[in-house]
Amino acid sequence: MNWGSPSEFFAMGGYALYVWGSFGVTAACLIAEVLLIRKRRHDILTSLRRELAADRAADRAAHKATHRMDYQ
Amino acid sequence: MSNRLINWFKFASPQSFYPIAGKMLPWFAALTVAFGLPALWLGFFVAPTDAVQGEGYRIIFIHVAASWMSMFIYCIMAFWAAVGIVYNTRLSGMMTAALAPTGALFAFLSLWTGALWGKPMWGTWWVWDARLTSELILFFLYLGYIALTSALDDARRADRAGGILALVGVVNVPIIYFSVKWWNTLHQGASVSLAKSPSMAHTMLWGMLLMALCCWMYTIAVALYRVRAIILERERHTTWVSELPEVKA
Repeated sequence: MNWGSPSEFFAMGGYALYVWGSFGVTAACLIAEVLLIRKRRHDILTSLRRELAADRAADRAAHKATHRMDYQ
Repeated sequence: MSNRLINWFKFASPQSFYPIAGKMLPWFAALTVAFGLPALWLGFFVAPTDAVQGEGYRIIFIHVAASWMSMFIYCIMAFWAAVGIVYNTRLSGMMTAALAPTGALFAFLSLWTGALWGKPMWGTWWVWDARLTSELILFFLYLGYIALTSALDDARRADRAGGILALVGVVNVPIIYFSVKWWNTLHQGASVSLAKSPSMAHTMLWGMLLMALCCWMYTIAVALYRVRAIILERERHTTWVSELPEVKA
């Protein structure tokens, strides 16, 4: 074990800015990338569902129009 | 004679690859954690303090892995670009597009961690030195690929144009790798070489290799995740997409 105490660990022998700057930014970038892809998937799925719902509504309207006599 | 050849082209259709990618995704995500946690533990708690650089050298664990990945991902992109140009398969262009942002990210992280390592050890954030400059060019190649493909509306044309850029740009990868041998440079030589036994402590070496494996698994997981979104975007007007359970729900 290299570290006597947690504060020694976080101080990184005086290199805290450089070591934590490297690991921190890396972690932030990887998390941000995953969240961005999740949003991209969410957006396309929402748009696809809307399109499907609109198609169904259009189908129903067309069906109603062709069978107007039956409804009257 | 029995024909035992697998029909790989069957998997090359976005429709059959979409569910396969979905099944593989959680495994690679789990492997990312499975390699990443021991890598961090080795890197921070087991690997000894460096005799010259003190604790500052611990940047190596992320810097080397990120730099390797930035080069590997570009080679894989060039591979998919070549497959796309030769066989005209749609999925290969989607794979190239799915890898580019992750490659750009690792190239950026390589430069970023390198700057944070260079400042305390060399006394400067940046020098216009062969290794650093060629890695910066790699970063610009990724950005150029993303800009070029997103500027073209027709996805198939974008794939072809981007594929040519990926193939031409791949000459930069050996230049980065050998830059520390070919030119006088501030950057140190290769950290790991197949020709000679490692000069660093074994725990340091294992920490680096596990971190590299973690980044590999992360890249595969993220590329699969992104390619699934790309498939949905590009195949949005097909019947199979509208019949997917996640769309119907």
